[in-house]
Amino acid sequence: MALDKPYQDIPGTIIFDAEQSRRGYWLNQFCMSLMKADNRTRFKADQRAYLNEWPMSEEQKQAVIDMDLNRAMQLGGNIYFLAKIGATHGRSFQQMAGSMTGMTEEEYRAMMLAGGRSAEGNRYIGEDGDAQAHRQPQGQQSTVGGKKD
Amino acid sequence: MAKITASVFTSHVPAIGAAMDLGKTQEDYWKPLFAGYEYSKQWMKDNKPDVIFLVFNDHATAFSLDMIPTFAIGTAAEYTPADEGFGPRPVPKVQGHPDLASHIAHSVIQQDFDLTIVNKMDVDHGLTVPLSLMCGEKDPVKDSWPCPVIPFAVNVVQYPVPSGQRCFNLGKAIRKAVESYDEDLNVHIWGTGGMSHQLQGARAGLINRAWDNAWLDQMIADPAACAATPHIDYVREAGSEGIELVMWLIARGAMSDVPYDATDLEAARAHSVSVKHRFYHVPASNTAVGHLILENN
Repeated sequence: MALDKPYQDIPGTIIFDAEQSRRGYWLNQFCMSLMKADNRTRFKADQRAYLNEWPMSEEQKQAVIDMDLNRAMQLGGNIYFLAKIGATHGRSFQQMAGSMTGMTEEEYRAMMLAGGRSAEGNRYIGEDGDAQAHRQPQGQQSTVGGKKD
Repeated sequence: MAKITASVFTSHVPAIGAAMDLGKTQEDYWKPLFAGYEYSKQWMKDNKPDVIFLVFNDHATAFSLDMIPTFAIGTAAEYTPADEGFGPRPVPKVQGHPDLASHIAHSVIQQDFDLTIVNKMDVDHGLTVPLSLMCGEKDPVKDSWPCPVIPFAVNVVQYPVPSGQRCFNLGKAIRKAVESYDEDLNVHIWGTGGMSHQLQGARAGLINRAWDNAWLDQMIADPAACAATPHIDYVREAGSEGIELVMWLIARGAMSDVPYDATDLEAARAHSVSVKHRFYHVPASNTAVGHLILENN
């Protein structure tokens, strides 16, 4: 019998289950390596060379270089791990989360100060909330994750 | 015998630690949040425990994808603050309590919970931010935390993660374990993390103030019913990382108004808990912040 995965009908949300974990094993392990200062220095000096030391897919490497966190998550990355790339680049979590919404940093910050994103319309795929696929990218920014659409 | 006298519940947002470490607590953005912990810092001084049993989640720090324990108890003598990608937080090392920790591991495993025993582990913001919030800023060299801490890590990163019900039952087992320890120790149990937040994707920034507060009401007044909340409700209503809230049910399950076995029902009914402090704030970076102090009467 197939496993019950009721979390697959939530818009803008990828749950990190065993399937995603297998897909993203090396991407996430690369992220863990950035917990050492020497590795952060080497990574920042030549991202491509450092990434080539890891058995990651070309798509995963490119997502890291582009800081396209949405793509990285589709490819098996987990946000708790990916946060270490942002930390290496000196980005706050708010900047990282904002980059996944299509909003500018200021727009995202303003949304949070106004009480955050509403759950209304964002509980199930197919509703009309602002996190639904047909309403992306959000805000004024025409780039998502730093990469031109 | 050792006794759990109080439980503390708090979010453990990394940006809060950064705000404290960088001296930003009085800035307009942060001031309302830290004001919510003023009472708590005084309460900690007035009610200093002998040991803190601190439930938190490791954020891909001590545990990578190489090994993912569902529940891990720290039995080491000390724990070093971790480098999470921006250098370690400038806070004191955390002293453990190996003897009580080993006793709890022994007792809880014999109550059929499979704990992973950890003798070496760096601790991340999940553990150090609650300590900072409750104890204030600390010099890493001159200062120390007020008492030993037993770290207890829960997997809420890779699914499947434990249910609220299982966490609640585990809390009962921990209380039974603590109460079977011979030395007279005043133990606090802390449940950390959580409140609504989503850190990923187009839905990032989700905050559900109404749901959070209704959940808190129920956790205080009817924790057994709260423990039945299914995972999917946390994710749908409080964001993908809102699932961290299940850890609060471990601390709640350890309080004395919750019977740890059927024969203890009468004793449990005779007990009650007092809400000493309750606080809720939006936002801290990407999240809502919740905080609660409960005392056993």
